[in-house]
Amino acid sequence: MLEFVPVSAVAMAHFASAAPEAMSAAATAAGASPTTAWWIWPVILFITTFIIGILAVLGGVGGGVLFTPIVGGFFPFGMDFVRSAGLIVALSGALAAGPGLLKRNLASLRLAIPVALIASTFSIFGAMVGLKAPDHITKTCLGITIIFIAILFLIAKSSEFPKVPGADKVASVLRISGIYYEPTSGKSIEWTVWRTPLGLFLFIFIGFMAGMFGLGAGWANVPVLNLLMGAPLKISVATSKFLLSITDTSAAWVYLNSGACLPLIVVPSVIGIMLGSFVGVRVLTFTKPKAVRWIVIIMLFVAGTRPLLQGLGIWK
Amino acid sequence: MAVERSKAAPQTAQASPEQILYANIINVGMITGMVLLVISFFLYVTGIVQPYVPPEQIPSFWTGKAHEFLAATHAPHGWGWFSYIGKSDYMNFIGIALLAGLSILGYLILLPAYIRRKEGIYSFLVIAEIVVLVLAAAGIVGGGGH
Repeated sequence: MLEFVPVSAVAMAHFASAAPEAMSAAATAAGASPTTAWWIWPVILFITTFIIGILAVLGGVGGGVLFTPIVGGFFPFGMDFVRSAGLIVALSGALAAGPGLLKRNLASLRLAIPVALIASTFSIFGAMVGLKAPDHITKTCLGITIIFIAILFLIAKSSEFPKVPGADKVASVLRISGIYYEPTSGKSIEWTVWRTPLGLFLFIFIGFMAGMFGLGAGWANVPVLNLLMGAPLKISVATSKFLLSITDTSAAWVYLNSGACLPLIVVPSVIGIMLGSFVGVRVLTFTKPKAVRWIVIIMLFVAGTRPLLQGLGIWK
Repeated sequence: MAVERSKAAPQTAQASPEQILYANIINVGMITGMVLLVISFFLYVTGIVQPYVPPEQIPSFWTGKAHEFLAATHAPHGWGWFSYIGKSDYMNFIGIALLAGLSILGYLILLPAYIRRKEGIYSFLVIAEIVVLVLAAAGIVGGGGH
């Protein structure tokens, strides 16, 4: 049942009745700064995520991989709340992109369904570990992971149409193959995958890390699908985006059920990233992809260094 | 590694009907979820609807761990938030839960198509995924108990 109160009574109502008295004592103990208005950080968060949304589109990365280290490293929020928001941000982005990719048959369900089951199952375990681990441990591991991702971005090369000698046994049994229309060549491209057992095995770790760190896992999905399993780049990117909507869902529920979801952090982040993405798509037409790629790589290095040093106690 | 040609069923570059249906439902659910988020967040931060934990007090807790927040505020965990749906902070959970629940709905749509085509392995994989997501959503695995 909705409980509407007059706007004029809001301030009184906020302090007087809503939450238990225990909160006041805890608030004092937590060292809340009485000089900083409560809305300052959410506004800064909104502006930051708006910029992340633009850069993520321009740099061809998911928002989550920038969101979690930047917000975790430079904002005063606990990592539980940051990871929870990071997963919901990545999930929202995946859900926004998913329909178009599915309709154009770029996101392959035959490829995504087996992979998603493994990744989503292990993302639950990752989330459980993340919630139990002390913040300095998760920050250290997050920093190392993000720096590794930055190096991966620096050295990894994608392959538009990898050469696959033929489907392996697992891919044959699962009939992981497809056809999509490539507008640049005007041809329909047939594809299949190989090295499927190793690819599926790696998604155990990808799912775990996605859940533990609250990252979207596109940075890992795409290289495994494209470079290891041999799916065409467009299929890999689109299927990865679709995968995130499953992988991040299961981990997001764990955080949601554990009380790690604060609307004051989640909602400005989701809206900021979404609006930024819309702007990013428009800006994309007149930017130089290489320059943006370098910006994203540098941002990842900086964003990874901050939580790493925080976790090690070097830069509080 | 043994390699052989895929015995793929006849395919086209067109998406299957269930894939289109999945896409349409995700699309509608996504837009609905976002609208709900914006409305509920507005009601929360403006104070038009009373919250459980006022936004002014949240900064005192957002530096810590989730379980500390729950302990200090006696805030609900698991699906306990549903009892507080009239409070503006927990109204935000409707949109979030909708976004997080869309994939379960999508998989439920896919399942009949795979069963109809007698695709045993994929029917099993889809059912298994639904079970995993429902267990996570219900808080049976991974969270909800403190």
